[in-house]
Amino acid sequence: MWNMTQLEYGTLARRANQIKDELRQGVRRPYKEVIDVFQGDLHKAGMKPLTFVRQVLAACVYPPLINSSNLPLDVRQRTQEELRRCVGGSVGEGNVCGLMMWKKHENASPRTGVLIPVPCHNKTVLSIMQLGAVAVPYYLSEEQGWALQVEELQRALESAKGVCNPVALYIINPGNPAGYVQSQKSVQEVIRFAWEKRLFLLVDEVYQDCVYGENCEFVSYKRTLSEMGPPFSGTVELASFHSVSKSFSGEYVCGLRAGYVELVNLDPAVMKYIHTLFSKDSCETVLGQIALDLMMDPPKPGDPSYLLYKQVVNSLPGFSCSPIEGGLFAFPRLHLTPKAIQKAKELGLQPDTFYCTRLLEEGGVFTGPGWEYGQKEGTYHIRYNTSRDVMEELLRRLSSFHMTFMKDFS
Amino acid sequence: MSQQAVNGVSHRGRVLTLDSMNPNVKRVEYAVRGPIVQRAVQLEKELKEGVKKPFTEVIKANIGDAHAMGQKPITFFRQVLALCSYPALLEDSKFPEDAKQRARRILEACGGHSIGAYSASQGIECIRQDVAHYIEKRDGGIPSNPDNIYLSTGASDAIVTILKLLVCGEGRDRTGVMISIPQYPLYSAALADLGAVQINYYLDEDNCWSLNITELRRALSAAREHCNPRVLCIINPGNPTGQVQSRQCIEDVIRFAKEEHLFLMADEVYQDNVYAEGCQFHSFKKVLFEMGPEYSNTVEMASFHSTSKCYMGECGFRGGYMEVINLDPEVKAQLIKLVSVRLCPPVPGQALLDLVVNPPQPDEPSYATFMKERTAVLSALAEKARLTEQIFNTVPGITCNPVQGAMYTFPRVTLPQKAIDKAKELGLVPDMFYCMRLLDEEGICLVPGSGFGQREGTYHFRMTILPPTEKLKVVLQKIQEFQLRFTQEFS
Repeated sequence: MWNMTQLEYGTLARRANQIKDELRQGVRRPYKEVIDVFQGDLHKAGMKPLTFVRQVLAACVYPPLINSSNLPLDVRQRTQEELRRCVGGSVGEGNVCGLMMWKKHENASPRTGVLIPVPCHNKTVLSIMQLGAVAVPYYLSEEQGWALQVEELQRALESAKGVCNPVALYIINPGNPAGYVQSQKSVQEVIRFAWEKRLFLLVDEVYQDCVYGENCEFVSYKRTLSEMGPPFSGTVELASFHSVSKSFSGEYVCGLRAGYVELVNLDPAVMKYIHTLFSKDSCETVLGQIALDLMMDPPKPGDPSYLLYKQVVNSLPGFSCSPIEGGLFAFPRLHLTPKAIQKAKELGLQPDTFYCTRLLEEGGVFTGPGWEYGQKEGTYHIRYNTSRDVMEELLRRLSSFHMTFMKDFS
Repeated sequence: MSQQAVNGVSHRGRVLTLDSMNPNVKRVEYAVRGPIVQRAVQLEKELKEGVKKPFTEVIKANIGDAHAMGQKPITFFRQVLALCSYPALLEDSKFPEDAKQRARRILEACGGHSIGAYSASQGIECIRQDVAHYIEKRDGGIPSNPDNIYLSTGASDAIVTILKLLVCGEGRDRTGVMISIPQYPLYSAALADLGAVQINYYLDEDNCWSLNITELRRALSAAREHCNPRVLCIINPGNPTGQVQSRQCIEDVIRFAKEEHLFLMADEVYQDNVYAEGCQFHSFKKVLFEMGPEYSNTVEMASFHSTSKCYMGECGFRGGYMEVINLDPEVKAQLIKLVSVRLCPPVPGQALLDLVVNPPQPDEPSYATFMKERTAVLSALAEKARLTEQIFNTVPGITCNPVQGAMYTFPRVTLPQKAIDKAKELGLVPDMFYCMRLLDEEGICLVPGSGFGQREGTYHFRMTILPPTEKLKVVLQKIQEFQLRFTQEFS
């Protein structure tokens, strides 16, 4: 299913850059700029960064600013605190802290298997394949708002028999690309399942600050695990991941590359090796670590702004979208006509790639085709980030393009 | 009570144990931050808590971290980075115009005009172009194609990426990678992690750590018995040994690589750190092209550079790049895919790299200060290199090759047999025993030579020359005193 050697991967991105260049050079197209909603990068989509964080980072980088009356007092004080933690008082020094990385645990034979949701963030799949492990898909139920069903986990586990040795269960909550937020009950079910089947839990919670669905609440796996008490709380091995790239509504500093992993119930002997693995990669960027620290301890009051999203897409024929409860993306389903699917096959493209290519060329909107994230056979989706700043224009172009497309291939 | 019960784990045991773990990980070691550093951190904690010790601070001369040792950052670089971090400062008259101009250019090239955005996985295009120009200028006009430049998270990231591409095969066909002994332990760690075969070639300590082709040949033919040698790694200027290869030597290595069909990896992160009279940095790329098309059209190579060393010392920013030469176009496509998995190198690091390759020019306002700061750093390092070699060579039992370049000294220490025996008793490698004692008695943290590799029966330690001159003099004196005491104790 995830055939990452296909040359399609990256082709859309290259074409998007080409079109951006052409527009800069003044080539005429039906639109003046490309709306790039392919990645979860809100800076690219025009979101403004949070001033406090940027001021502290600037002052950490250039400490003479600590004496600048142009910067608020709390910025200057916070800068001094952060620099005190840097050896030599400089953010140019290397430092070891908790970092965001995969823990590898791979046997020669049988091969290690990792259960992965469908749909899934494609970098994860690539990472797993790179390590020589087997990605074992479990399908989220689109009809039930992308719910994770334990029976499906069971089925996936059984499918692995004879193929690989599943040791880990990878969860994304809130989801990417599908924007679900797991209920506490669901989290408990998964933990129970992991305990029963002896699976290492890898939980990607980078979107934990992006929750906006009604009656939705982010509940961390760590907290739930702890509240479930023994035997679960003392035995289930858990790695939870977070990042500054997606957090801190209003400040998404993807470019700083900072995050952390928290490890629970790991074998102390293994922890030693984890430390060595991290140390040989020197360290995470110090600016990133400072940004992470600011994220963990933001200024008060610092109200997060909730992203609002209007469900225009559900009103379009041939489009349906589960409620987006959290995360940064929409992952609506495309109901393509046989004619459109046929045309895609003729061109040697996946049907949703065909749709995204046409949407890019004609509508100037750069989105991600569903096949890159995995989907049920015979279904098609597209993914785009739900940046508020460009949402109106995006929906306008998408609607207009979609109506034409559906007509052309009716 | 069973161990498992003590750990609170049920009788089933954990999923992830030393036995079920990736076996390669067990072979990964990184001495620069290994057990001795953990001990140093422990001592620092104790000092903080008020525990009395024979020293008042732990001097961490183990890692090539200039700023941690008090080196000041280059003002111009930090100004531009501050402007990029908080663009409102572009209105601040206290920042010079040349800094603002560069900041604007960098921000323009970023998504949403923000360094907070992801960049292209290969790195921001205009920065890659600037890197290519820098390389052309450095190498006397030999063309550099920006498409062959990959920005990275420090040089380490790029080095590991290339190794990932190169390592394959099973059994006797498994990729063998030639590395110098002594070497920078990122290489041995990466090779262990990837399950590649490490092929050691020894640098010649009696001749200033020079590289001999006969030794390369010996190592290669021995290796061919049990693996498939495909890669040759060189660090120039060297780490930990500090030697700067002569131009002739570089030519010989390139010729060797071509004859034996080896992929060359040239780690050149210390290219500005050259101190000794008569020594000069020659880039592998330049020499390759000056050898003519027979070589420049065929030898496959990757050269690495970083913002962590030289005169900048900005380790924490994680900036770096590699230039690939004669890489198969289809492999390049796979390389792009590989680097895309980690999304992009940190953008502040990319911005910093841009300034390193595009520093203030003579006609710009920041030039004078920039040159003053750069010269001060490099001349201080040169002086400390000289001082270190001079002083160590007066200590009985310690011999030290000239520190021609880089940031380290790798002196050889003669250990009395009784000390070696004592070390064995304690289950320690002799030079680790030596370094641990030095740490406990003087609060000086060095890295034992065993962490880098050395000829059987010889012992070394690596010390950085980064502490400020006055402190360095104190360190050298303390090591001298320790050496005398230690020798006496175990005589």
